[in-house]
Amino acid sequence: MELSVVFLSRLQFTLTIMFHYIFPPLTIGLGTLMVIMEGLYIKTGNPQYEEMTRFWTKIFAVNFAMGVASGIVMEFQFGTNWATYSRFVGDVFGSALAAEGIFAFFLESGFLAILVFVWDRVSKKMHFFSTIMVALGAIFSSIWIVVANSWQQTPAGYHLVGHGSIERAEVTNFWSVVFNPSSVERLVHVLIGAFILGGFMVMSISAYYILKKRHLEFASRSFTIGLLFATVVSILAPVSGHFAAEIVAKYQPPKLAAFEAHYKTGKGPTGMYLIGIPNTQKQKVDYGIEVPGLLSFLVHGNLSTPVQGLDQTKPQNRPPVVIPFYMYHLMIGLGIFFILLTLYGCYLLWRGTLFEKRWLLWIFVVAVLGPYLANQAGWIAAEVGRQPWVVYGLLRTSKAVSPAVSGGQVLTSIIMFGLIYLMLFAVWVYVMNEKIKNGPEEVKPDEMIAHKGGILETAARLVNPSGYSMTGAREKRDIDNNDQN
Amino acid sequence: MDLHILWFVLLGVLLTGYAILDGFDLGVGIVHLTAKTDKERRIYMNSIGPLWDGNEVWLVTFGGALFAAFPDAYATAFSGFYLPFMLLLFALIFRAVSMEFRSKTTSRKWRQTWDISFFGASTLATFLFGVAIGNSIQGMPIGADKEFLGNILNLLNPYSLLVGALAVATFAMHGSIYLHLKTTGDLQKRIYRQMWRTYGFFLILYILTTMYTLVSRPFVTHNFENQPWAWLVVVLNVLAIANIPRAIFKDKPLYAFLSSCFTIAALTFLFGVALFPNLIVSSLNPQWNLTIYNAASSVKTLGIMRNIAFIGMPFVLAYTIIIYWIFYGKVELGKFSY
Repeated sequence: MELSVVFLSRLQFTLTIMFHYIFPPLTIGLGTLMVIMEGLYIKTGNPQYEEMTRFWTKIFAVNFAMGVASGIVMEFQFGTNWATYSRFVGDVFGSALAAEGIFAFFLESGFLAILVFVWDRVSKKMHFFSTIMVALGAIFSSIWIVVANSWQQTPAGYHLVGHGSIERAEVTNFWSVVFNPSSVERLVHVLIGAFILGGFMVMSISAYYILKKRHLEFASRSFTIGLLFATVVSILAPVSGHFAAEIVAKYQPPKLAAFEAHYKTGKGPTGMYLIGIPNTQKQKVDYGIEVPGLLSFLVHGNLSTPVQGLDQTKPQNRPPVVIPFYMYHLMIGLGIFFILLTLYGCYLLWRGTLFEKRWLLWIFVVAVLGPYLANQAGWIAAEVGRQPWVVYGLLRTSKAVSPAVSGGQVLTSIIMFGLIYLMLFAVWVYVMNEKIKNGPEEVKPDEMIAHKGGILETAARLVNPSGYSMTGAREKRDIDNNDQN
Repeated sequence: MDLHILWFVLLGVLLTGYAILDGFDLGVGIVHLTAKTDKERRIYMNSIGPLWDGNEVWLVTFGGALFAAFPDAYATAFSGFYLPFMLLLFALIFRAVSMEFRSKTTSRKWRQTWDISFFGASTLATFLFGVAIGNSIQGMPIGADKEFLGNILNLLNPYSLLVGALAVATFAMHGSIYLHLKTTGDLQKRIYRQMWRTYGFFLILYILTTMYTLVSRPFVTHNFENQPWAWLVVVLNVLAIANIPRAIFKDKPLYAFLSSCFTIAALTFLFGVALFPNLIVSSLNPQWNLTIYNAASSVKTLGIMRNIAFIGMPFVLAYTIIIYWIFYGKVELGKFSY
């Protein structure tokens, strides 16, 4: 492929967005878990939960800073590299970005300063409030971004004004833009993806501590919270995924056909490939394992109606197949793996043998890579599957770039981004490693309450909340009060 | 109020908020190397530690609001300024990384490297903001299709470079006055002398820039004919600039800081008055200027955004005040510090 401005700008967007998306899903997932942990602290008064909240806040802060640094790039890049696109969507898309800035970023960055820098200077309640605000800020910002992106997938609530190079979309109904056909389903799926990552990150670091026999009390409690949370959201993922896929089938049939490498519509029911190798030249799937009729069943709810294949779309409007097919299947495969792994973990937790299974804990240590991959893969499938359009059916990607920018300039900036991001990535790995090595601060033995048993009892107690000692919690508060006097 | 004018004003408010708030933390970066010992440098960085991130959000929101309200101006400016904007992004990233990374080990070489990169990135970012403002005042080669037709050399003209230098001097002064508020003892005494020096630089460049502007770009005052009250801002601006040394001399550092905030606000305001109703001036043909009317989103969108802003702004002001209230006072190095 020649190095055109379009190709280079797409390459740069891919690089910068994939790098950026390492961080926001983790902060969304971890933020919610921090609220749960600090809520438990407020409820029980057990200092162990305070320590947990503090430690996970440190991990959160590192990722938040990286998210801000890489996120500024995203916002400006629409203007620098995609000027024609910006002129076309500004009227619609701009409101979402402005709302994100006003509602989400100020909230998040302001209250994060309280969380990170002045833990001791504010009251417990104020601190808890700040944690909730930070978690909400992370979720708010995903709302506006997913709304904007969903509008590009399924435009609604607009009309076109002008012709040729000055044509643009203008809002006719703001709420139709916000609740365009795909935004709710896609938002739920994005958030669930983020929650899974949060849960797996907590489990990964905690499992590592348990294996190294460090911070056992902290790690077993964190692991349990992470596990229960990840189990619930992993089970919800295919449900929300199904609803999102139904929307794709209804509004973007060529995209679904690309996900499934469904080249020819045919007459009878459409099957679904579990695995296979799409063959673009022969328009078929090689070495595939197909479940007959499954796609018809998922899309139409029956075993007879064929699902629309790529042959129903004009060749110039067809998305590429290979990347969406593999990425979509990778995401689904990983999703099934999350469910099996977390359910097995829950079973062992219930049996009380989870923390003895070292091999399984090692799997949990590395399994955090799974949600990272699944989140990226899902987005790649969604974005490549939308091609050749940048705004579905309205504006082609090839027509959306900046006329004032040359290929040489973009190449320069890609090289600079490449180098800087490599360095940033090294920084991130290094800082995360340091934070994990230093670990949480140990709670002093005399502050501990009601956990004379081992880690297994702790875990069991978490599963069975009635095991909490209310008097223990009250004693702790008395100790606090005495300390202050 | 005409929605186009309202959004011009609101963008001005966001830009002013950004210039005042990120101005002092960029300024701390510009004067960073004047701190001698490792501890002093840590105090410098920690004086802005909890705040710079929130300050940068003003820039992000300004970018988002410009995109939303005036998409054509956003597209033209950002694609026209392609390489300078990329450099600006890299500088902002480097600043963040330098602060986060510096404290991670105690090696001298390591820390010096990040000190220099913190200083360099802060100075470069400020300089580029100034260059952008200089080019906005003097106009750029914009064609009939609203696209930028020049190259990077058009952007590096003497006038814009001078405005860039003024921006660096202004933020260096602003940052020094801020540091004087946040420090104690011998360090504060040294910063006291530094306030005078940076004020001197600022004053010289301010006078030079004002003269250069009035001589070579007389059109900047055209709006004053219709809006004579704007002269009042000029007078207040001069008074604020004069009040800075008075407050320093009388040992009222908070007044000095507020005067410096006001100076920056007034300069931003005058920049807006000079530009109005244009957003980007075409040096090729005045008919091709991007104005608040021909570069705007639809009136409906501007109305929706007005509602979003009116709901959101009180919250933004509330958290900004809460955060600054909590962090008011001298820097103390603790276990959460850089």
